[in-house]
Amino acid sequence: MVPLSKLGAGEIGLVSKLNGGRRMVSRLAALGFTPDAEVVMVQNFGHGPLIVNVRDTRIALGRGEAGKIGVVKKEAS
Amino acid sequence: MSIDSSSDKTITVALTGQPNVGKSTVFNVLTGLNQHVGNWPGKTIAQKVGTYSHNGVTVSIVDLPGTYSLSANSPEELIAREYIIREKPDVVAVILNAAALERNLYLLAELLALPSPVVVGLNMVDVADHEGIKVEPKVLAAALGVPVVPMVASKNQGLDDLVAAIAGLSSGELPYTPKVPRIRPEHREVLAELCALCEEHVPQPYPAEWVAIKLLEGDSEITKMMEAHLPDKVWQKVHDILLAHEDAVIDVAGGRYEWVGRMTRAALVRPGVGQVTFTDRLDRAATHPWWGMLLLAGVLGLIFGLTYTIGAPLQELLDTYVIGGLSDLAGVLLSSAPEWLLGLVVDGILGGAGMVITFLPILVIFFAAMGLLEDMGYMARAAYVMDRFMHLMGLHGKSFMPLFLGFGCNVPAVVGARIIESRRARLLTILLAPLVPCTARMVVVAFLTPIFFGAAAPLVSWGLILMSLLVLAVSGVILNKVLFKGERAAFIMELPLYHLPNGHTIGLLVWQRTLEFLKKAGTIILIISVMVWALSVLPYGDVESSLLAGLGRLLAPVGGLMGLDWRMMVALLTSFVAKENTIASLGILFGGQGAQLADSLSGVLTPAAGLAFLVVQMLFIPCVGTVAAIKQETEGWKWTWFSLIFLLLLSFAAGIGVYQLARLAGL
Repeated sequence: MVPLSKLGAGEIGLVSKLNGGRRMVSRLAALGFTPDAEVVMVQNFGHGPLIVNVRDTRIALGRGEAGKIGVVKKEAS
Repeated sequence: MSIDSSSDKTITVALTGQPNVGKSTVFNVLTGLNQHVGNWPGKTIAQKVGTYSHNGVTVSIVDLPGTYSLSANSPEELIAREYIIREKPDVVAVILNAAALERNLYLLAELLALPSPVVVGLNMVDVADHEGIKVEPKVLAAALGVPVVPMVASKNQGLDDLVAAIAGLSSGELPYTPKVPRIRPEHREVLAELCALCEEHVPQPYPAEWVAIKLLEGDSEITKMMEAHLPDKVWQKVHDILLAHEDAVIDVAGGRYEWVGRMTRAALVRPGVGQVTFTDRLDRAATHPWWGMLLLAGVLGLIFGLTYTIGAPLQELLDTYVIGGLSDLAGVLLSSAPEWLLGLVVDGILGGAGMVITFLPILVIFFAAMGLLEDMGYMARAAYVMDRFMHLMGLHGKSFMPLFLGFGCNVPAVVGARIIESRRARLLTILLAPLVPCTARMVVVAFLTPIFFGAAAPLVSWGLILMSLLVLAVSGVILNKVLFKGERAAFIMELPLYHLPNGHTIGLLVWQRTLEFLKKAGTIILIISVMVWALSVLPYGDVESSLLAGLGRLLAPVGGLMGLDWRMMVALLTSFVAKENTIASLGILFGGQGAQLADSLSGVLTPAAGLAFLVVQMLFIPCVGTVAAIKQETEGWKWTWFSLIFLLLLSFAAGIGVYQLARLAGL
């Protein structure tokens, strides 16, 4: 498992864990970051905020927020 | 056409939906100008209610705030769910974005757990089509067991069907057999246990099972409510159960998404992998750290260009013909009236009205520009690009746009802070907005710097702007630490798909915001303008011996620390009505205009004192228009006073510091 912020652009991860306060977890879960949901990294320059695609939506996340989402990297098939 | 009064019937509809689904377009197309904008009781969140008549049926539509879910994560979500539970609308209409169906259905999963029947408006099917996403409304309706109406609200397609479905659902003509999502099997037992414990004690009108689910989700409001209503012993049991299932919140949400997956399995066809959509292509530039910044600079340049080419001349025309005309008229009508009455009308009332009118063209342009960028979906990209900078001040990207507008005028900066969802970040943005040097302040700077600094004037002007922004950044860091304990709102923001803007929606938004400003801020501006005028003439009719001058003399000791005499302090005080008043006041107090005034000023003030005056002027309390806007947006005087006192202390401290340092440096 790696933090979502470690995925490079184009890489896909499956959500496996949400850390952080209850309110934040609840917000992320409502937006579709639930266990096994597929997250595609759209933009990640290694610093500053990043963009992911989850459940047909582009979501911008602060680096700190993305660090609290644990994902399992999906190997390209 | 006569309507049989016996068939006259009002259906109450709550309009819900996630953000970026075109909900306000639906509301505006249906209700047109038949809408009333107020505030939810005790909240700064706008409450819109409108009516629509159809075949003798009147539909009263309450536009609930856009929310992703019905948890207690934000005041908007609380308002939405409290309204549905307490007011029991006849029908809940949920607008879904067909292009992001899965996430949108999450809200429906929550709505179906509440008692009111739900009809689905499947909006933006054209946008979905464009992205290669196909949704079968009939298949979806069959799976959900609720009516699903496909529509394109921006093109006025499908809205009649939506209203027909609402009427059919409320009369019972349409079948309604919703497949309510159930909690995952592993939590059913514990849910039943919670239900049994709470059932007797759940206050009306909350549904007991819904309360139990919210408890399991760790919902702060419902937990508080049940702690108060349950006998201590029962609460202890409930508390122990909840402690043992702390992670249930993710499972409950996951369960809802599993339900969503089942509902859409047959109804939703996604584009093939790797298809590059229009939004993807545009975002490559718009969200790029460098290209995005360049694009943003271009967009902002365009807005300012518009302001100066259209707004400024319009402002002048209004001022010359409307205010000038009215002043002349007053002069004629009141030629035999006492002089003070003419003064009151021309300097007090018309002065204030002129102030309001001069704001109008700029405000309309800014509101329209903001509305357009928001409606197209670009605003979120601008916020994203600027996030890394705003981060330093404990703010995030969304605060950038309103603050930037402050360079034109602080009023739209304060009003524009509305686009920020988090109350904390919005408040901080409003408090910082007056530190952005507006055009009126720059007029004063442009007039005064050459007097004190000659050829070095442009350099000093730039220095003053830089100083303002530096003070803004430092104030941001400090206010955030002191007021909000350094807490930073999480940056989680949807980047909606780009789509063509809807003129109707933007027009209505500009109209409503402008009207609101005129109503709320306009009266305050008028009253304060009259008060300041009164202070400047009472009791003997001239400025030098007026109460205002008295106040200036009272402040003279503070002024002394900055090398400023009482007249300079009075000039500062009058800048409260409008920043450009400073020059006019100096003209009256020192006698003379233009070059003559420049001579007398450079004779009286040392460069050090001049610099101190400019610094204070840049950071001083904002003009009355901005103060009125702050009062309007923070819903009360508490933060307005805080802002005034903060800026007063800040500007004087900076002025004194600069004067003393400049003297040490030998200026």
